[in-house]
Amino acid sequence: MMHIFCPYCGELREEEEFHVKGQAHIERPKDPEACSDAEWGDYLFFRNNPRGVHHELWIHAVGCRKYFNITRHTVTYEILETYRMGEQPTITGETKADPTTQAKGVSA
Amino acid sequence: MSDATTLDPQAGAAVDAQPQDMTSSQTSVIDQRPTPEVHAQCARSPLAHLFTARDDGDAGIVLQEKAFLGHLTLRGDPAQPGFAEGVEAALGLALPLTPATLHQNEGGRSIQWLSPDEWLILVPGEEAFTVEKALHEALAGRYQVVNVSGGQTVISLSGDQARQVLMKSTPTDVHPRAFPVGRGVPAVFAKATLVLRRVSESEFELVVRRSFADYLGRWLLDASEEFGVCIKG
Ligand SMILES: [Zn+2]
Repeated sequence: MMHIFCPYCGELREEEEFHVKGQAHIERPKDPEACSDAEWGDYLFFRNNPRGVHHELWIHAVGCRKYFNITRHTVTYEILETYRMGEQPTITGETKADPTTQAKGVSA
Repeated sequence: MSDATTLDPQAGAAVDAQPQDMTSSQTSVIDQRPTPEVHAQCARSPLAHLFTARDDGDAGIVLQEKAFLGHLTLRGDPAQPGFAEGVEAALGLALPLTPATLHQNEGGRSIQWLSPDEWLILVPGEEAFTVEKALHEALAGRYQVVNVSGGQTVISLSGDQARQVLMKSTPTDVHPRAFPVGRGVPAVFAKATLVLRRVSESEFELVVRRSFADYLGRWLLDASEEFGVCIKG
């Protein structure tokens, strides 16, 4: 059982209360009509699958029901930080240079 | 679309431009509670069929349905001028701004933090409409008050073994050190969900949805069996 820190509730809560919702920081194109098919397809369907540090959107479903972001290591499962919507991560694959993150961007 | 509309999902709570202030005259509310005569004759609480009075003697668990309370959900931005003051004026309780806490008074009113922009208000059933109206009169701008009294009920759980029953049912830490009086949280409970709150040294309240009440009531009776049960009718 993991404990996850909800940045809105301000405390660690049970893993069972949370759901993951996929890659974070995906921005809907502001002018979809101006997108090429490739750009629109990239927005809709294509996601990163890094081996290492990843930024994910989560929801505190049995709790405050707010979405927030988690920076997580996909090899060790370590949660490196959680932060609110609209904020940027302080830890990225570049800042956290350990051996397992060197293959970042390579599908496991 | 207006310039103020954002399409960035990371913007979270950002929404389109603030509409004109709405006044209470634009909000109509109706009293959902039947007249006292009809209520006395017809009202059946979600656990009336299950929580019939019983006393095993030397019971470790005491259960009681707190039926027909007024349940209101309140949403709004506590940073909006006048919001916290308005809630306090209408309810007589300060708006809790600390996560997972609740404020309560002797009159049976309480208000619990559920989220940075959502609170659960419980009042005696006959006060629900009064408080609902008072909130609409005291608040302005972007806020929401919904009377959800018909959709929820409250189970009171006390007795020497209350914590044992909770520990069997929920992954939430209910040790007194982690769950002091005045704390309240939504919780996973027996694979269902409810709102769990500690209203005194000896009493927990479980705010359950009507549709879960039968299942959770039966779960609690089963989980309490080994400790001896007293049900207050
Ligand atoms: Zn939360």
